[in-house]
Amino acid sequence: MTVTPAEPTVHSSSTRLRRRAGIIALYIICVVLAILFLFPVFWSTLTSVKPPAEASSVPPTYWPSTITFENYVKLNKYGAGILRYIYNSATVALITVFGTIILSTLAGYGFSRFNFRAKNSLFIMVLAALMIPFQSILTPLFLLMSAVKMQNTLLGLALVYITFQLPFGVFMMRNSFDTVPREIEEAALLDGCSTWKMLTSVMFVLVRPGIITVAVYAFLNAWNEFLAALIIMTQESNFTLPIMLTSVRSGYYGAIDWGALQAGITVTILPCVILFLLLQRYYMQGLMGGAVKG
Amino acid sequence: MTTAQSTVGPARRSTLNRRRAFAGFLFVLPAVLFTLAMFIFPLIMTMWMSLHNWPLLGQATFLGIQNYVDMARDGQFWSSLWFTTLYTLLVTPPIFILAFALALLVNTALRGIGIFRTIYFIPVVIGLGTSSLLWVWLLNDRVGIINGLMLDLGLIEQPIIWFVDRNLAMFAIIVSIVWKTVGFSMILLLAGMQAIPDELYQAAMVDGASYWQRLTHIMMPLLRSTFALALVLSVIGSYLAFDQFYIMTRGGPQNQTITAVYWIFNNSFTYYKMGYGAALSIVLLVILGILSIIQLRILRDDTTY
Repeated sequence: MTVTPAEPTVHSSSTRLRRRAGIIALYIICVVLAILFLFPVFWSTLTSVKPPAEASSVPPTYWPSTITFENYVKLNKYGAGILRYIYNSATVALITVFGTIILSTLAGYGFSRFNFRAKNSLFIMVLAALMIPFQSILTPLFLLMSAVKMQNTLLGLALVYITFQLPFGVFMMRNSFDTVPREIEEAALLDGCSTWKMLTSVMFVLVRPGIITVAVYAFLNAWNEFLAALIIMTQESNFTLPIMLTSVRSGYYGAIDWGALQAGITVTILPCVILFLLLQRYYMQGLMGGAVKG
Repeated sequence: MTTAQSTVGPARRSTLNRRRAFAGFLFVLPAVLFTLAMFIFPLIMTMWMSLHNWPLLGQATFLGIQNYVDMARDGQFWSSLWFTTLYTLLVTPPIFILAFALALLVNTALRGIGIFRTIYFIPVVIGLGTSSLLWVWLLNDRVGIINGLMLDLGLIEQPIIWFVDRNLAMFAIIVSIVWKTVGFSMILLLAGMQAIPDELYQAAMVDGASYWQRLTHIMMPLLRSTFALALVLSVIGSYLAFDQFYIMTRGGPQNQTITAVYWIFNNSFTYYKMGYGAALSIVLLVILGILSIIQLRILRDDTTY
């Protein structure tokens, strides 16, 4: 059977032209959408470097007359100063990242490689948190934190975040260990490695992609979380960035300074975007794991 | 594994196994303890608290099911529930239609399409609280650029004050949420699309199927389970909405935009009626459980390829 071309050759140049026009149209759609998606963030960042008077002008102006960081300086005058809030957010996020990595890696290894009684029930229990929204247990968590004197502490908030991250982390790490062939582990053990040494030196390297994925999610979720931080942190000096910015907006510090607010939003958004652009591959792997809690 | 162990006697093997089992238990223990203390215990405590009058300070008193009985007469509870349902019903279709269109777009073989895929996804990694603050400013009637642009283009004569009217506020919040979350569903759908074997499309093309036919007869049926996952995640997320309303409307005007979680928050942490807040939480949990079961039932995956 011979395959005949769908279109006679006479028309081929017009077909190619039409295809070309189609591709250009698709690019135009892509670019217009890209502008729509980037515009809010771009506009906020641009406003943050306008002189304060222009940032708050009514009606808004388009381009800054000069570029200045005055809004950032003004932002630093709110409450305990922006550096303090960056420190709070970063500390909570880093404790969450390390705590989640340690607990998930250990548990993932245990669930993947060992057999013990009640293993499946314990695994389901750890994962159950994926199905139950944390919003419904915040009141007892708040009371628990108060009871152990950890309300209003960075560590207390980080512990709450670690709890929220554990189901995804353990699931991810169990799967990561499952993909490492047992032969590698056995070879290391036969060479005289202790179980512990084997876990730290051999396995750690092999499951590193999984660890990075867990870390990226832990960081972003801890850095961005709003409701739990709002409830647990009642003392102004312990606010995380989103809570502090909400206070600026609600006039907690007097009239709303729009320029300073944009400086704050830029400071909050920037680390997330950079981290995502650098580690996009790992982030997407976590998404494909199919067990992401939005 | 078997060769190494076969030289060991049965008694010794069982001690070894037991020691190994114990080691495994030790590995999972920290995570298990954490889950017990910070998740299972609070969950049980929520149920326990829901049967009490539980103030922030002072003694809790046992009420039985009184909190649940009170709910029936709590007008704000019903209107919050209805408002949350309405919000979920209104925000889900635009997210899905746009996410599907975007996924089709970034699934094309255009050169550099990966850059656009990344750009459309960026709002997802921004916090919901931060993005809500961003949109409050963009939509502001005095300094906001959206009103400014519309005025300059002559689309409106007066700035629109978005957050003083329930319907306008709903519309504004939906726009901001679609911007913030559509990339997430887009990526899920894209992954589903890329999992469909190319041969299926090629076979259909040989049979003379048009692009539209390939879309509706091959891709969409095979994406059922992906749709189900994306839908469940999106509906649950919308049902738990809090940040955007707390920041953008503060529940106003006249408490008309108070969502279910917002009402729990107000009871537990503004009025400190923590027992009643716990009872509301339990009801929300039950509703979400029923919702997920229904959705998974409707969209249950029975396709194979």
